[in-house]
This record gives sequence, C-alpha cells and structure tokens, in this order.
Amino acid sequence: MTAETATAEPAGPSRSDIDQTLRAILRDVLGLKDKQVEDFDSDTGLFGHLPELDSMAVAGLLTEMEDRLDIVIDDDEIDGEMLENYGALLAFAEAKAVAG
Amino acid sequence: MYSDWPCPSPSGTTREELLFSFDRQREARLLILPPLFDEANKFRCQIAGTMRLFDERGVDTFCPDLPGVNESLAPHGHQSLAIWRRCAESAATACRATHILTIRSSALIAPQGLTGWCFEPCGARPVLQRLLRAEILSAKEAGRTATAEELLEAGASDGITLAGWDLSPELMKELADGAEPDIVGYEVIKQTDIGGRPLWLRAENDFDAAQAEALATHIIKAMASR
Repeated sequence: MTAETATAEPAGPSRSDIDQTLRAILRDVLGLKDKQVEDFDSDTGLFGHLPELDSMAVAGLLTEMEDRLDIVIDDDEIDGEMLENYGALLAFAEAKAVAG
Repeated sequence: MYSDWPCPSPSGTTREELLFSFDRQREARLLILPPLFDEANKFRCQIAGTMRLFDERGVDTFCPDLPGVNESLAPHGHQSLAIWRRCAESAATACRATHILTIRSSALIAPQGLTGWCFEPCGARPVLQRLLRAEILSAKEAGRTATAEELLEAGASDGITLAGWDLSPELMKELADGAEPDIVGYEVIKQTDIGGRPLWLRAENDFDAAQAEALATHIIKAMASR
C-alpha cells in the first residue's frame, strides 16, 4: 500500500533516504559515530531527553533538515512533541517531504 | 596572549575590550572574527587551537572581543551589525592586521577594503531564524505562545531578548532585512574544502584538530601565493 502511494506522489526522497539523512544530521548535531546513530529506533529520546539538545541546538537541527531534505518548516509547526523521539521527528520529516 | 584593544564606543571615545592574540611582531598578521551569538561559543576552542597552529607556523593572530560579546562589559542589547563592523575595522587597524578571517556569521561584519577569507559565510536570515525558532520552542515548552511575526514586530519597535540574547531594534531590523555578507576581496572557504563535520551544528562545543590543521594550511598556503 505504501509503495502504491509512493508511486502516485511527485518524485522526491524515499523514506530510506529521509531516514539516512536525518540520522546523518543527528550524528553531526550530537557528535556521534555512525554506528551510534544507526542504533537509533523510534523510541530513542531526543528533545527533553538529551541535555545537550537545547532549543538553540534544535533550531540548528531544523534549519539543517530544511537544507538537506529540501523542505520548508513553518515556525508555527515547531513543538516539543515532534522532537520528543526519533520516530516522531522522522514521521514529521516524511510528512513534510511528501507535502513538498 | 591576553591583552586589551581600544574599541570605539558610541560616545566617540574608546573602551578597552579583551584581545586574545599570538603577537610576535611578524609580517603576516591575521585578525579572526568569531561567529555571532551562540556559534561564537561553539567555535571558541576551535579558534584557539587554530591560532596556536598559526603561531607555530609564523603567523600572528588576533581574536578581539567586540562590544557586548564574550568578556565585554558593554550591553549586548545596545549593539548592531553596523557597530560591530565599525569595531571590527578598528580592531584590524589596532592589530595592524594584514588579513582577516571571518567564521560563519561574522562575514556580516567583515571589514571593508581589506582582504582575507570567509569560512562558510552565512547571511542574516538564517541567523535570525535560528534565534526565533529557539525562542518559539522555549516559549512553547514554558506553556507560552510566541509567533515569529509577534517577535519580529516587538523586536523592531522596542528590542527583544531572543534565546537569551538581547537584541536592539537596530540589530533586529538588520537581521530581518536579510543582509547578505559583503565580502568582495575575500575568498570563501567551504566546509568541504577542509573536511570534517560542521562544528556549528554541534549541540556541545567541540574541537577538531584535523579541521584546524586544514584551515591553517589552506590560509598559510594562500598567504604565500599572494
């Protein structure tokens, strides 16, 4: 079902591409090794769970997501829930990429 | 290592601001301007490490405090890009700088009529957007609401504190106008030119010896060829 939906959408990054790009951004923001971000799962806590990931770091993360994923994030869309864990952030990025 | 430099003040006099330097009265003298706002903290260790490399290789370096920044006692909320640019130009004169290195947003205050390098220059818009987003996120976490429009309006009329930084109405207007760096005469150095990961993205301060080495090598080679 997902594949059918994907073929109907305009060309854009695949879910796998978005996932890999998002992990690379978090690797750079958090200063982690590739292996460490590969181990992230949907429940891996982010904002509110990692003391170093403060509001300024999150603001930089969002800007980098826009640049690397070619998406636009409206400032009013920003809230703690979308940043709470990796699964929520990935779902947000995927939704923005689909919306184009 | 640590001394003062005479920084111009709005009253027309000068005030002493901190100067971190390796000055052995050598021919090549590089003024380094740290990025603005939080990225200054992220690059502090990297800049100091890079300055030590320059010192070992025969280049004097100078990293001045601008008013309102780092150890300065001048209020941050009284500053503007125009003031900082004027002060950066005065620092270049006071240090008898032969070249300038800006890092990220300090390209916005690059002294005019001089030459040097801009490492990953960025314009005013992303700088302001990052401050606005951090403020909006903090407000939401505190149970308050804040929109970019409200913050921009309040900042332009009365000045505002965004993400802990006091911004004057003038500085808000300059950032909101989306100024791009005026860096004619400067060479742009991209992250890909020196390798490694962008240090400005790091949530915590970091030091990358390989990047320091690559940046110093790039600049010293360019100095020698000019």
